[in-house]
Order: sequence, then structure tokens, then C-alpha cells
Amino acid sequence: MARVILITGTRKGIGRALAEHFLTLGDVVIGCSRSAPDWTHDNYQHFELDVGDEPKVLEMFNAIRKTHGKLDCLINNAGIASMNHSLLTPLDTVKKIFSTNTFGTFLFCREAAKIMRKRKTGRIVNFATVATPLKLEGEAIYAASKAAIVSLTETLAREYADFGITVNAVGPTPIQTDLIRGVPQDKMDRLLARQAVRRFGTYDDVINVIDFYLRAESDFVTGQVIYLGGV
Amino acid sequence: MKNVNAIILEQIESFNENLDTPVDTSKGDDTILFGAGGVLDSVDFVGLILDIEQAINDEYGKHLALTGERAMSQRNSPFRTVGTLAAYIEKQLED
Ligand SMILES: NC(=O)c1ccc[n+]([C@@H]2O[C@H](COP(=O)([O-])OP(=O)(O)OC[C@H]3O[C@@H](n4cnc5c(N)ncnc54)[C@H](OP(=O)(O)O)[C@@H]3O)[C@@H](O)[C@H]2O)c1
Repeated sequence: MARVILITGTRKGIGRALAEHFLTLGDVVIGCSRSAPDWTHDNYQHFELDVGDEPKVLEMFNAIRKTHGKLDCLINNAGIASMNHSLLTPLDTVKKIFSTNTFGTFLFCREAAKIMRKRKTGRIVNFATVATPLKLEGEAIYAASKAAIVSLTETLAREYADFGITVNAVGPTPIQTDLIRGVPQDKMDRLLARQAVRRFGTYDDVINVIDFYLRAESDFVTGQVIYLGGV
Repeated sequence: MKNVNAIILEQIESFNENLDTPVDTSKGDDTILFGAGGVLDSVDFVGLILDIEQAINDEYGKHLALTGERAMSQRNSPFRTVGTLAAYIEKQLED
């Protein structure tokens, strides 16, 4: 039977690349984002929602349960950033970032685990960032929201182990997507210089780590964060 | 529509199939779920509550969260017996 894989933030960027990767492998992919994607596929179903909107998210999980009766993997990719000095950051921005990155990730982990526990197996992959360990100035809130995801990953790994579910995270370096389009070149150069391997990351770098986490043989790997680029 | 007590007991029966020490439901509403005299460990307890929550939500078409702050802050835990849990759920369904 085909795997059912739920990926958040599939309209564009890394999320879209992940969806295309798993569709190519023959998996059934369910995705979501706030606006509709401009692409489709026979084995793909899209939900237009904000990952922090609990009623809508619950409705979506209900639909997944009724249609597929199972969920093999969840990839919590949806994320937003705001590059700004913390002294210039309004509280509303902070709330928005935490709502998508942290609360959204929590909500999806919780609801996915409720379905996965029935078959005593499941894989959850969350998205961290090198901005946290590198303590990047100008990304205080983004890095904090992702630090919370690292902590969640480590603790949920323990709580969900009883249900056969692994919870891990991947921490990408800068990858050229819309997310980092506004970051000035000199800042980017300095950032890349702090990596062990000094280049931009690619979609394939992220896919490689996620494929590893999703393997059946990886059932003894949980609560881990793999940062790319040697950070 | 099935009544709440029946749904809870039904969920316990099906949950029991995977337990070494099943929950004894012969006392009906007085069946102990959690606390002194209960047989469920905390992981099984979580699993059973989730099953009951799902079954109630499916039957009544609502999204009740049985473990909200309200439940956790009550002096007498609503999770003590089938009867107390049913009463607690019925109250939530009315709201
Ligand atoms: N690119 C990088 O350099 C980099 C580095 C480290 C970590 N990451 C992480 O990688 C993940 C993906 O980033 P990306 O570079 O692919 O970003 P992106 O190109 O900006 O794409 C973000 C995706 O998430 C969706 N999204 C955003 N907020 C959402 C919400 N509240 N609810 C539902 N969907 C939402 C967007 O669609 P809508 O706008 O339609 O909602 C879009 O599909 C993020 O978690 C990010 O933090 C990226």
C-alpha cells in the first residue's frame, strides 16, 4: 500500500520540492498552504489553510482519517521568517511567526500522532534552522521560534516513542527560496563563511536527510536534529 | 444517537483487546478509569481517552477536547469512573 505523507507549506519552495519528490516515488501526498498552489498531481490533495488555525486543521485531519484511515509521515515544513533587529520588531510579528512555526508544528504533531498511534508506527520530521545554533543577529524571533521546535522535537520523541512514532528535525542552511530573498548579499556571504561546507544548500540536501528519517530502518532514530553544512 | 455512557463502555471494551490486564467493566458506570483501583498505566490512559474523544466527536459531529484546562483544574477528576466522565462529556456537549 502506498505511503500517505502529509507535508505543510507545499505551495512553493522546499515544501513543493518535497511533495514532488514523494509523488515521483509513488507516495500519496497531502499538502497545505494559505493560498492555492499553481500545480497539481493525481496523487496530491491540497488543503488551503493556515497551520495555526486549529478548527481548520482539525477538519483537515478528520478528512485524512476518513479518506485514508492512516498517516505514515508528517513533514512540518511550513515556516515564515522576519529578518529585523529585535528593537524594531512589533509583538504582532512575533505572534505571527510563533503561530506558524511553533504552534503550527505542535498542532500538526499532536493531530498526526493521534492517527499514527493506531498502527503503532509513524514518522514526524520538523524544520529547524542553522539560525538558532549560529545565533544570527536580526533573526532573534525566527531563531527562537525554531529553538522551540528543537525542544518540542526532543520531548515529543520521548512521549510518542510509546506509540512507535519517531520525531526528528532537519536544520537547513540558507537555500535560495523566497524565504531569504530579502537578506543582503554581504550578510549572506558572512553566514555561509561560518559553515564547514561553504555553499548554499539545495532541495536535495534536505530531501536526503528526510529520506533517511523516513526509512523503515530508522525506527531507532528519534529526537535528533541534523544541521546541514556542518553547522 | 448512542448515549455517552454506551460509547465510553464500547471504547473500553475494544481497548481491552490489547491489554494484558483489561479494565473490568462489570460495574458499568462505576467502572474505574484512573486513580486508586485503576489498572491503566499513563500511556494506556492517554490512548483510551483519545479513543473516547474520537468516538464522541464522530458520533456528535463536534470537536470536544476532553483534556482542556477545565478538566485538569477540577477538584474531583472527571476521569475517575465511566459515570463521572460521561457526566463531564454531557455537560460539554450541552455548552
Ligand atoms: N530557505 C532557507 O534558507 C531555509 C533555511 C533554514 C530553514 N528553512 C525552513 O524551511 C522551511 C521551508 O522554507 P522555504 O524556504 O521553502 O520557504 P518559502 O519558499 O517561503 O515557502 C514557505 C511555504 O510555507 C507556506 N506557509 C507559510 N506560512 C504558512 C502558514 N501559516 N500556513 C500554511 N502554510 C504556510 C507557504 O505557502 P503560503 O504562503 O501559500 O501559505 C509556502 O508554501 C521553513 O520551515 C523554513 O523555516 C529554510
